Amino acid sequence: MDLAHDVSDDTIFHLEDDHGHAESGSSTMLGFWIYLMSDCLIFAMLFAVYGVLGGNYAAGPAPKDLFDLPLVALNTTMLLLSSITYGFAILEMAKGRVRSMQMWLVITGLFGLAFLGIELYEFAHLIHEGATPQRSGFLSSFFTLVGTHGLHVTFGLVWLVVLMVQVSRHGLIAANQRRLMCLSMFWHFLDVIWIGVFTFVYLMGMLR
Amino acid sequence: MSAGHHADTKEHGHADHGVDHGTLRGYLTGFGLSVVLTAIPFWLVMSNALGNQMASAIAIMAFAVVQIVVHMVFFLHMNTRSESGWTMMALIFTLILVVIALTGSLWVMYHLNINMMPGHDMSQMP
Repeated sequence: MDLAHDVSDDTIFHLEDDHGHAESGSSTMLGFWIYLMSDCLIFAMLFAVYGVLGGNYAAGPAPKDLFDLPLVALNTTMLLLSSITYGFAILEMAKGRVRSMQMWLVITGLFGLAFLGIELYEFAHLIHEGATPQRSGFLSSFFTLVGTHGLHVTFGLVWLVVLMVQVSRHGLIAANQRRLMCLSMFWHFLDVIWIGVFTFVYLMGMLR
Repeated sequence: MSAGHHADTKEHGHADHGVDHGTLRGYLTGFGLSVVLTAIPFWLVMSNALGNQMASAIAIMAFAVVQIVVHMVFFLHMNTRSESGWTMMALIFTLILVVIALTGSLWVMYHLNINMMPGHDMSQMP
């Protein structure tokens, strides 16, 4: 009798707990992480394609003829700086300081824009030299891999601007904090992918 | 028994609400480490300090792996505790798939390329 009472007590408690979970949206972070893992698989496939096709120059230019390592180093610096400034924004968010958080988000956006600008300049330079995606298997896979990363950064920037508008209109409500945490994961994840890109595409390309 | 159960659930609830925002110290440590871990491979390749392509390739790959771990820990706040370990499980599962896909593709396509080399007498094939 006593045992039955105990069990029923627990059951009610868990039901209430589960209900609370669904409302607070605390499973969002795990769901977003799983999305990032699926995105990771997309990039893994593109890396595999680059690994297979990266040596097929079709008598065209090789990485050594095309890549400009100081420019790539500058690009990497921009993305790394945008990662740390987003971290500062999250720290300000945790303290509830809206203004300084927005300021760090603006700085993050500017670094992101600088990254995209440098990448587009590089692409334009390559295409101007005749190293278009149609030129060889190496260039097709190069533009697909690096372009997909750049597209992710572009959408991350759109998301960043949308969230800044959201925060300025509604403040740091729970939903906005959750969204900012999701973008934080997305942004740092793109930085992790870029480590793979500059190592396997640019640095290894110069060694070949 | 009942009291212990309640305490457990309470702790669980607390962990869910307290999202890991990281600390200033953590972000700065991660940033410092990743600057060093980025600068060294670039320097290795640009100055050809090792004088050996194979050694340089292995070194920069090792630096990339370490830097990815640094980013995962200091920027993405990965640990075995968050979401009761499910983020770690998802990560491990993804890494297994990535390793299978990458090594499988590179291995198969490498041998395909070797077998399709000119000079390989294909007329003798059944």
